[in-house]
Amino acid sequence: MSDSSSRDSLLSDTDTPIRVVLAKLGLDGHDRGLKVVARTLRDAGMEVIYLGLRQTTDSIVAACEQEDADVIGLSMHNAGHLTLAPRMVQAVNDAGLDVPVVIGGIVPAEDVPILIDIGVAAVLGPGASAEEVVSAVRSVASRQAAAQ
Amino acid sequence: MVETMSGVPLDPSYGDGLQPGEFPYTRGLHSTGYRSKLWTMRMFAGFGTATDTNARFHALLRAGGTGLSTAFDMPTLMGRDSDHEWSVGEVGRAGVAVDTLADMEDLFAGIELDKVTTSMTINGPAAILMAMYVAVAEKGGVRRADLGGTIQNDILKEYQAQKEYIFPPRPSVRLVTDLIRFTTAEMPRWHPVSISGYHIREAGSTAAQELAFTLANGFAYVEAAVAAGLDVDDFAPRLSFFFNAHSDFFEEIGKFRAARRIWATWMKDRYGATNPRSLMCRFHTQTAGVSLTAQQPENNIARVAVQALSAVLGGTQSLHTDSFDEALALPTEKAARIALRTQQIVAHETGAASVVDPLGGSHFVEWITDEMERQANEVFDHINQLGDGSMLEGVYAGIEDGYFVGEIADAAYRFEREMNAGRRIIVGVNEFTEGEDDEANLLSIGHETEELQLKRLEEVRGDRDNNAVSASLTALAKAAEQPDVNLMPAIIEAVRTYATEGEIVAALESVFGTYVETAVV
Repeated sequence: MSDSSSRDSLLSDTDTPIRVVLAKLGLDGHDRGLKVVARTLRDAGMEVIYLGLRQTTDSIVAACEQEDADVIGLSMHNAGHLTLAPRMVQAVNDAGLDVPVVIGGIVPAEDVPILIDIGVAAVLGPGASAEEVVSAVRSVASRQAAAQ
Repeated sequence: MVETMSGVPLDPSYGDGLQPGEFPYTRGLHSTGYRSKLWTMRMFAGFGTATDTNARFHALLRAGGTGLSTAFDMPTLMGRDSDHEWSVGEVGRAGVAVDTLADMEDLFAGIELDKVTTSMTINGPAAILMAMYVAVAEKGGVRRADLGGTIQNDILKEYQAQKEYIFPPRPSVRLVTDLIRFTTAEMPRWHPVSISGYHIREAGSTAAQELAFTLANGFAYVEAAVAAGLDVDDFAPRLSFFFNAHSDFFEEIGKFRAARRIWATWMKDRYGATNPRSLMCRFHTQTAGVSLTAQQPENNIARVAVQALSAVLGGTQSLHTDSFDEALALPTEKAARIALRTQQIVAHETGAASVVDPLGGSHFVEWITDEMERQANEVFDHINQLGDGSMLEGVYAGIEDGYFVGEIADAAYRFEREMNAGRRIIVGVNEFTEGEDDEANLLSIGHETEELQLKRLEEVRGDRDNNAVSASLTALAKAAEQPDVNLMPAIIEAVRTYATEGEIVAALESVFGTYVETAVV
């Protein structure tokens, strides 16, 4: 809390916008939520690199490198999060990137600590408000910036 | 004699002017409505391996059911084998896994396929699963002409909303029309397309957009089948629809009534159909999965009940009610039972089934029906213009230029903003949020299915005649190069050699290509 004013100035979205890569991993085609999130983050002043459907961990890592992304946002609606999220975190680490991974979608409450344990930065469940989405992304981006 | 709870006798319908059963069927397809036949309570299910689902089918049939409804897992829906890299974590999870004819044999083992009707929810690879169903039946001595059921086979809405496409739109529509031609000629009891607005609505559209895009897709299939040489009255009686029942009660009822009126009018006036059955918009309805909340999930039981009532008052032919826990996971057995009980309460306790179109003649319901039609007409004009007078070309153009996905994404974002601003209240989410959420008891599916299925696939690959497989795939690719050849016979030959779904898809992709969406936000 004490550093909130400096963090806000550091990450003021009019200054250096946070760059977020958004994608769906694998076969899951539910993209309504991810598109709403894309517009929400964009309206909050962030730069959104929307990769869309049928991405692989490699294509997402490549986009992060190319776009100098600050955050990866993945949407999961097919109960594949416990299989796919660890692979994404692993791929980011293997590439030597310091980009936090945020998971949104249908994730049962009992799976949230498991995901956090394996290195997911934040989980946004169904019904998360626009403010919660924006503040979660800001918060993981600032933690990352502080760590660097 | 049908009477109210207090003993007041009731006529089948009320009002002067247009009656139920009269063109353009705004007030219903039949004069006696649910008095002569209640809607079908068709609950959709599927999980695990083919053997798991087969056991569920047998239990259903022992309990007196006559209709089977099959949900396939994501790899099957996307035309990929269980051992494809994209399939990891998805095998058997949201439906049953089918890789080869062997799985289809397990799925329907011991079931007399001429005695049941089967609904198969599949689109991109519909022709392949249809071929497997025919092959299983014929191996068991049942003629294809005696098979009854429905296959969704609605590829256009995949590009617009559900996103389970494989090939680009034009060759995909060829597969749809090949299947229509095949069943029209050889399987008179089969419904070859279920034109679906459900997924369009779930992806975020408004009610009027759901209505308009769905019927436009229907017109597109009619034009494609006519262009392939069929007479409209030969196949139109076998077309059916699938709509969403969302929470805005009267708007939904207006949508259902407008759908019947528009379809009848267009089929008669624009496409020259003369068989009354060609003019009738028959539809299945499912309550809106997207309206279910993860917060205070029991509240969803009330939402589903209201949505189900709108479908019934709108005159649906069949109905699936969602389970209250589906915002969190696939439904538990208990939640699925409550969902079915909800339909039974609407059917047997409320009197909603006693009188046909009981809301017909209401100033508001008639007005909102007209308004739904008016908004749909604006969309039809736009699509017609995009296609230079062809609805089929207009739908292709709207897919190519991002019209459909753009409209749907705009509507979804508008809804979300209204909710965030508190202008739209969702109980338990942005208002009335106090109270504890109990820990819900959720269904979870293990990884054993994936291992079993991979082993099964490996066995089938080892046991089959690989020369026969490659010969059949070569023949299929050759047939695909000739646009006028119906691909169904070649696909049936391929599935009989135990070629996998993924191999058949690859053979077709070698000619048709693979569709990649241009990501639009």
